Amino acid sequence: MSIPISMTVNGQPVSGSVEPRTLLVEFLREQLHLTGTHVGCDTSQCGACVVIADGVSVKSCTALAVQCDGSQVTTIEGLANGATLHPMQQAFNDHHGLQCGFCTPGMVMSAVDLVTHAPNPTDEDIRKGLDGNLCRCTGYQNIVRAVKAGAEGMRTGMGG
Amino acid sequence: MYAFEYHRPSSLDEAVALLTSEDIKPLAGGQTLIPTLKQRLAMPEALVDLGRIEALKGIRKEGDAIVIGAGTTHAEVAASEVVRGAIPALARLAGLIGDPQVRNRGTIGGSIANADPAADYPAAVVGLGATIHTNTRTIAGDDYFQDLFTTALDENELITAVSFPIPQAAAYEKVANPASGYAVVGVMVAKTAGGVRVGVTGAGPCAFRATAIEDALARSFTPEAAKGVAMPADGMNSDIHASAAYRAALISVLASRAVAACGG
Amino acid sequence: MNAPAKTVGTSVKRTEDARFLTGRGRYTDDINRPNQLHAAFVRSPHAHAALGEIDKPSAMDVPGVVAVFTGADMAADGVGGLPCGWQVIGKSGVPMKEPAHPPLAVGRVRHVGDTVAVVLADSRHAARDGAEALMIDYDPQPAVVHLADAGAAGAPQVHDEVDGNVCYDWEIGDQAATDEAFGKAAHVTRLELVNNRLIPNAIEPRAAVGEYDPADGSYTLTTTSQNPHVIRLLMCAFVLNLPEHKVRVVAPDVGGGFGSKIFHYAEEAVVTWAAAKVGRPIKWTAERSESFMTDCHGRDHVTTAELALDADGTFLGLRVKTLANMGAYLSTFASSVPTYLYATLLAGQYRTPAIHAEVKALFTHTTPVDAYRGAGRPEATYVLEKLVEKAARELKMDPAELRRKNFIQPDQFPYQTPVALAYDTGHYEASLDRALELSEYSSFAERRAASEAKGKLRGVGFSCYIEACGIAPSAVAGALGARAGLYEAAEVRFNPTGSVTVFTGSHSHGQGHETTFAQIVADRLGVPMANVEIVHGDTNRIPFGMGTYGSRSLAVGGSAIARAIDKIIDKGKKIAAHMLEAGEGDIEYKDGVFSVAGTDKSLTMGEIAFQAYVPHNFPHDKLEPGLDESAFYDPGNFTYPAGTYICEVEVDPETGHVHVDRFTAVDDFGTIINPMIVEGQVQGGIAQGLGQALLEGAVYSDDGQLVTGSYMDYAMPRAQHIPDYRFDFTCTPCTHNPLGAKGCGEAGAIGSPPAIINAIIDALGPLGVDDIPMPATPLAVWQAIQDAKGGTARAAE
Repeated sequence: MSIPISMTVNGQPVSGSVEPRTLLVEFLREQLHLTGTHVGCDTSQCGACVVIADGVSVKSCTALAVQCDGSQVTTIEGLANGATLHPMQQAFNDHHGLQCGFCTPGMVMSAVDLVTHAPNPTDEDIRKGLDGNLCRCTGYQNIVRAVKAGAEGMRTGMGG
Repeated sequence: MYAFEYHRPSSLDEAVALLTSEDIKPLAGGQTLIPTLKQRLAMPEALVDLGRIEALKGIRKEGDAIVIGAGTTHAEVAASEVVRGAIPALARLAGLIGDPQVRNRGTIGGSIANADPAADYPAAVVGLGATIHTNTRTIAGDDYFQDLFTTALDENELITAVSFPIPQAAAYEKVANPASGYAVVGVMVAKTAGGVRVGVTGAGPCAFRATAIEDALARSFTPEAAKGVAMPADGMNSDIHASAAYRAALISVLASRAVAACGG
Repeated sequence: MNAPAKTVGTSVKRTEDARFLTGRGRYTDDINRPNQLHAAFVRSPHAHAALGEIDKPSAMDVPGVVAVFTGADMAADGVGGLPCGWQVIGKSGVPMKEPAHPPLAVGRVRHVGDTVAVVLADSRHAARDGAEALMIDYDPQPAVVHLADAGAAGAPQVHDEVDGNVCYDWEIGDQAATDEAFGKAAHVTRLELVNNRLIPNAIEPRAAVGEYDPADGSYTLTTTSQNPHVIRLLMCAFVLNLPEHKVRVVAPDVGGGFGSKIFHYAEEAVVTWAAAKVGRPIKWTAERSESFMTDCHGRDHVTTAELALDADGTFLGLRVKTLANMGAYLSTFASSVPTYLYATLLAGQYRTPAIHAEVKALFTHTTPVDAYRGAGRPEATYVLEKLVEKAARELKMDPAELRRKNFIQPDQFPYQTPVALAYDTGHYEASLDRALELSEYSSFAERRAASEAKGKLRGVGFSCYIEACGIAPSAVAGALGARAGLYEAAEVRFNPTGSVTVFTGSHSHGQGHETTFAQIVADRLGVPMANVEIVHGDTNRIPFGMGTYGSRSLAVGGSAIARAIDKIIDKGKKIAAHMLEAGEGDIEYKDGVFSVAGTDKSLTMGEIAFQAYVPHNFPHDKLEPGLDESAFYDPGNFTYPAGTYICEVEVDPETGHVHVDRFTAVDDFGTIINPMIVEGQVQGGIAQGLGQALLEGAVYSDDGQLVTGSYMDYAMPRAQHIPDYRFDFTCTPCTHNPLGAKGCGEAGAIGSPPAIINAIIDALGPLGVDDIPMPATPLAVWQAIQDAKGGTARAAE
């Protein structure tokens, strides 16, 4: 059984036909070729697949594509404004908040969601707010610094 | 994942009509069900997505209780001014569930229907003396959890809302499993007009009231009184993260901290 | 023209970030080929079983399944086993046992997750359906799972031909001298410990895409590897018997490795082989549960150690006996980890005159164990630094002062240890003093009192680590049993318009080589960093490479680039001499400009590069066109990073929860190219060390099931678990490589676990607790407290 779905991804209307068991991340990666969203686990814990759907961060490996029919979805590919990085992306570059880059898309999307809902987070808010994202490379300290700077950038509308 | 069919009803009646066999499962936030399907640990014929049923959403104050629609997410409960004003311990509990993304999709109805022994909400259902509303009846919180993943719900009976009586004071304390975020032990202590209630999750096959601690706190609502109760380890869960004895000890410790947080 | 500002020593922002931050990284699972099939591997559910009939039709009948292959199919094609790259010779000259490790099991499965068959299908779902449908006749047999049981009489045999499951029984050091030292000791401190088994968990799961082109008989393997050339060599020479020139191995962006992506894995060989069998590209990506079962694990030692001291605390001798778990098969470098990367480090930073270590490596019915961040050196540091701290407690000496008393002194370098290594340089007291200052050790007692007032227990712990990095001088490695040299290759190519392409055999999977290496090249050649491209990870583009592990990329790979740059400059001088009509000996080079000494005649590097490719008037008998040089750099010695880590913890005695309140790291990595990147490496390393100390540990049930088989049960460090660290560096440049660099990738994981555990033991001392196992989970800490109280809680259980 295939079900037609349509949604808005990174501001563009898209549509496709999916089996009910198709995960949102599979739809993004395999049908839309948006491979920036990654899969790092099979128990919904690593957060490499985090995207923003209808205004909140979600694990795209733990949502069916059909559940997101009609949704507004933003992935890491949709964050920058042309050649200008989003303040959170810029802050990750400025503060060495990434190493291998694999967890980074999910980490950045979670950070954007965190700051959207708490514009001036403390270090503790940030550490708690990133509880759904695993990074094996950085030890998180620079991620925390980056999110703090990214929050500043988002508040002022500037790069980090 | 095995293949399955998918239905997306827009009303409760439509959903109930679709749930015609035990192989057809309701899908709420999916934060437990979808991982289970991914692991091929379940093989439903069809899923009935409850996500677009407006009647299941929302938080309101009704008399002396807070009523939360079954389809309300943990994040909505944690952020709700209504909940934070009336039962801050419940908002705090919701904010300790899983991680932010789980809280953005997981729902109170889904959590309570699933009845994971280490889930957080069961401590609130038992500890606050909640009432479970379903499409057919109401169930008292004390009667709802029966055993490991076993509740008083009938086959394909749907939770529609949960109402929590507003306590005089309440606090939730939790030791989380550092891997999964689930409660190794979580304790909700509530001071209510009807007496002190102590709801415990994570420690046993399902949530229960620690009556020995309730009795001690009825005599003296102090942290020391709670800590002075040695809970028996018999029947407690035991796994690589926590022995039965450790869980038993944590109940008293967390109850005492909750009492302190209540101002006791 | 002015040369660009120097970048070495400054925190240049990473150039590779742009693609990762915008979702344009290209990882193996992002790659899809037309007409590809998806592979699903069928894995043993048993720790040990005889393999009976495999009923292929049961899977072939599943819609979408195209082929099923088993070990018998590979054997029929003459496919060999996965090799081990390091031969250890045990006591009395007995070589290690190397049982066969076929990519798909033949006759017997030896661990849960052992690879039994591969199912190829049109879709991932169909492949998995087919794998699940494949009927296999297993005859389960008793398994030996725990290291302590593996050597026991009557223990189940993992391999029929390996008596007592002993892979090797090896020793190093002077036993007689060590016995003599213990004979005259005033005090002996004794310790038994377990170094917990870890699961590496790079966030990118392993993946591989195999392709075969019948037009020219060539193969391409795209794989998540830290060292694509080594994979090509091992796969071609030992497993598939393919000519290397027909095989291209590409490791594109790789999402973390930490050692686990060094090794040649079965899936790489299978997808390459099967692509030719079926004539279609084959793609496989591990699910995380497969990663848990099949990525090589790390650590897993059981050790007894004794330190002999004289009455005033001077170390006289060290005796260590270790059992090391190899798992079910010997992985690529497994044998070297508990020997040459472990026992050779037991001198640490100290002048211990006599050391003897014995290591017995055993097979068990568990996932193979191999190098994981630090590889042997964390195990050595844990033994030594726990032992020294215990000695300080027993002798009632300040742990910092006991260490200081025994440090190798700056004027004693080069220093020959009793366990093979010769340290070139270091200044251990400088790191210790800086760490004491930075951690505010002098006011610890006040913080302890403040914690006590809150009902918490505070403790402080030390770790003065050393590591041998820059693996490895080929002569030394060869003498120790390595079956390869461990040099590195580089090619530096000027393009005619003055930009530079650098080909390196090192592989970057998070380390930032594209930035660090470009800084070196830009500074030395006087070109802007933006005009330097670093190419890595493709055997068809890079001359050769030994890859990235053992904190070797800068010290060895970077040095190879420096050597190639030297050759470029030499060639540039020849061209400049010709162009400027001067003698070659009169040409001086500085910051991208060639000039004739004592004149104002000069040419820039860019002008030289252009002339090299437009050599209209070159004297062809004396000067070749082109500006493209390669170098192979073989280090003269290991490098020896060292430092002091100081940890303060606060323990909640009621819940057993350990809070790392402050962590101070002072490291000597020699010359640093990019401090930001180096600090990031240390931060990540400490997080993994903290994971080992507090959270992580692989747990097997007695029948060999992996209990910690997912993130539900294997606790990974998250942002909430980690404190803000305090950092500083000291510097004694490496004396034997052109960069003065020592390597920084593993230090954090090596130095941190003993500091954390020592701090917990210090905190719990007042309760009578004198040891704590890793990981020091809340349960473990709480249980230790109960046991110290007299075992009442355990009795009640």
